Amino acid sequence: MSYKITEEGNVATVHLDGEIDMDVTEKAKEQIMPLIEAGKEVHLNLKDVQYMDSSGISVLIESHQKAAELGNKVILKEISKSVLKVIMMAKLEQILIIE
Amino acid sequence: MTFEEHKEFPVESSSLKQIRNFAREVLAKDNMFDATKDDVVLALAEAAQNVVKHAYNGKPTGDTMRVEISFKDNQLIIEIYDKGKPVIPENIKPRKIDDIKPGGLGTFFIGQIMDEVIFKTSRNDWVNHLILTKNY
Repeated sequence: MSYKITEEGNVATVHLDGEIDMDVTEKAKEQIMPLIEAGKEVHLNLKDVQYMDSSGISVLIESHQKAAELGNKVILKEISKSVLKVIMMAKLEQILIIE
Repeated sequence: MTFEEHKEFPVESSSLKQIRNFAREVLAKDNMFDATKDDVVLALAEAAQNVVKHAYNGKPTGDTMRVEISFKDNQLIIEIYDKGKPVIPENIKPRKIDDIKPGGLGTFFIGQIMDEVIFKTSRNDWVNHLILTKNY
């Protein structure tokens, strides 16, 4: 997995790519959580994520919940087909914010 | 068509990608797996992740796990052997899907994807033996 972060005003966009599994979730959280804690609206661009397992889904849930707790939101953008399939298998498409 | 492939991997999170790639290579043997390949790879990877996380508490010990993928009589059978903490099958329950919290989804995914999931006390030197079956 690799990532790129861009910021514009109060919106931080995190572009993730590659395969997101247990081996890289800590690295993903280290990038995403401080942005949420800093009060940013975080956009996670998942266009180039080819694989995500339950560990990756946990990061999405945790991020979503943390942002909601702070009165903010995490928006999932351009979700790849394979990641969307896993989100739907977890029945989270109505819970997470997807654009 | 029948086949049997196996490989051993160190029990650590960095092996998960290698395990997925091994499964992808094996399932590329026939295009009958094309439609379900990604799901089956996910189920295997979730099971392997459970070995790393739960049987070994995420601590590398130098142990390996053995992954066998075979196809016979229209059944794809994935077997995982490990020497970690013995699994108590009754304690393994997928979390309720409407309980939105991080974690606990892996077992749910395995159950959604595979047709049969069996835990066995292992043969030979192994401790746990998980058998995942999918019918084609």
